[in-house]
Amino acid sequence: MADAILSVQHLSVGFDTPDGVVHAVNDVSFDVRAGETVCIVGESGSGKSVTASSILRLNNSITATTQGNIYVDGVDVLNCSDDDVRKIRGSEVAMVFQDPLSALNPYYTVGRQIAEAYEVHHPNASKDEVRTVVLDMLKKVGIPNPEKRYDEYPHQFSGGMRQRIVIAIALVNKPKILIADEPTTALDVTVQAQILDLMMDLQRETNMAIILITHDLGVVAEIAQKVLVMYAGRVVETADVESLYSLPTHPYSWGLLGAVASLDHERGSQLRTIAGTPPSLISIPSGCAFRPRCDFYMGDTSSCHTTVPSLQQVTGTSSFSACHLGNEQLVSIGKGKVLS
Amino acid sequence: MSGEFALQGVNLVKYFPTGASRFLGRPTNSVRAVDGVSFSVRAGATLGIVGESGCGKSTLARVATRLIEPTSGSVLLDGEDITNAKGTALQHARRKMQMIFQDPYSSLNPRHSVGQIIGAPLEVQKITPPQGEKNRVQELMQLVGLNPEHYNRYPHEFSGGQRQRIGIARSLVLNPSIIVADEPVSALDVSIQAQILNLLDGLQKDLGLSYVFIAHDLSVVRHIADDVAVMYLGKIVESGPAEVVYRSPSHPYTKALLSAVPVANPQRRGDHERIRLVGDVPSPIDPPSGCRFRTRCWLATDLCASQEPELIQDAQGRSVACHFPLESGQTAS
Repeated sequence: MADAILSVQHLSVGFDTPDGVVHAVNDVSFDVRAGETVCIVGESGSGKSVTASSILRLNNSITATTQGNIYVDGVDVLNCSDDDVRKIRGSEVAMVFQDPLSALNPYYTVGRQIAEAYEVHHPNASKDEVRTVVLDMLKKVGIPNPEKRYDEYPHQFSGGMRQRIVIAIALVNKPKILIADEPTTALDVTVQAQILDLMMDLQRETNMAIILITHDLGVVAEIAQKVLVMYAGRVVETADVESLYSLPTHPYSWGLLGAVASLDHERGSQLRTIAGTPPSLISIPSGCAFRPRCDFYMGDTSSCHTTVPSLQQVTGTSSFSACHLGNEQLVSIGKGKVLS
Repeated sequence: MSGEFALQGVNLVKYFPTGASRFLGRPTNSVRAVDGVSFSVRAGATLGIVGESGCGKSTLARVATRLIEPTSGSVLLDGEDITNAKGTALQHARRKMQMIFQDPYSSLNPRHSVGQIIGAPLEVQKITPPQGEKNRVQELMQLVGLNPEHYNRYPHEFSGGQRQRIGIARSLVLNPSIIVADEPVSALDVSIQAQILNLLDGLQKDLGLSYVFIAHDLSVVRHIADDVAVMYLGKIVESGPAEVVYRSPSHPYTKALLSAVPVANPQRRGDHERIRLVGDVPSPIDPPSGCRFRTRCWLATDLCASQEPELIQDAQGRSVACHFPLESGQTAS
């Protein structure tokens, strides 16, 4: 893709475990353009985080088998040298993790930790320059009194402030892509709103692409442009955000949207649920992985049972769906599955 | 069952001593986790308690169920004061009041089979159900949507959602009238969360249970609660019928909290006003003088710093503790 800053092509990741191979990611492809916000949604174990960590080649090289290609600004991440990956990590692509406490080193001041990230990619920077950059960064992420806070330790910061520090570390090298893996899940809702606003402000300033991993469909609706819905290691639907919420085109998306509790709901209204639980990634059901939980399963002799559905554009929409139901059905049923 | 209220807390206070100084030989400070909270759970209804981390929700749950002792205040179960109940009296009180915990992993003993776990309250209370313990347990497993044949399985053989069902079955085995659920769905995925919420709703209708439902997720509470109490730094800042509080929040904190909830509708991205609260929740060791929310409130004046607002009830049955409550429909500046 010409204008894609990140291109993931047919990515599959398996992990060897004593119980068998865990197929965490299966044939995932997507592109991200500069300035775009892509959300990956799905439940625990759907392969969201593994997809993200593959982009930085962070998966354990001994237990993980990775196939496919990932291009970051034209560089083939999965097949380049360790040195080249190291150059990409933190400078081209930066990552923010869920738990800000475990992402920071308790023994170093926060200023030092931001400085370290900068120095790795700017080995010749003078001390003064580094300090200026770090202070500037602290200011940018909204830490009051940065001169003083520079020399404080992570435990002296609240959860939201720590996440701001982690974001400062991620952004100090002005990356082109920011991957945020559940960045607000550990935070309270008022702080979550602050952090999401901050990320969007910084994105406007630098035109970086954001890949946000979340299970919260509220967060997705607030900030995404494009959404990938993952289930059992596969992308089952990709859509722009308006389409996903106004005309979802996959039975799993229907279930997911129906299950969201909303502030507008009346007391006592029933939530639509998805029966059962996600499958084990060691023995994924044949055909469509969602079929055991699907209300539209067409039976054991149908293609649902025998063939893995591929991601195809749903006629008359801009969405792609991996489902054996016909296009007309996906559209007509999807229209009734909109959030109230 | 008697009376209008299944469970009431009156002026509950819980301080945890901290910063013990060897030099002076006594605790120098205390965390004021719950600081003068009163609440009532109507029989057969659900009281939702919401607030951010550290606001004292869980401590309140523990005090209300007498898992920890309050520093002062009293707990009334079915109109009966159980604050100082001991021995048999407390044991009997606990038959009426059970708890569901947040983490379905750490709240189940991995070495006990599901049958043992669900039956444990019967053992503790030395009750033999007429149909026999095993039948009773299997009946409950059926009720909460577990396969009764899995009686002899262990927790690790179940998924998170199923484990939470085990916890729910355990809380029901004694036929309690009130269940205190502390973040029962926050560890679960959204599709599973919906299953559990529907289950809790159904059980309430079928068994006439009263719930105290503690959660940080306002959408979830909206779904399940009849009444709601919003906590901030150990105090209730607003409470009342959920309908009223959600439709027209009166306390600035409630308003900010509601506006911070992401709306799962991209078309409404621009048009709901979001109040950006600045800063973080202050420390409960040294809460601000006067109104505790004033350090983050956009309406705060000198009055808020000097005088603590009282919880005052209005005509709609809503109580609010604010010197400058928002009129319904009033917008934040």
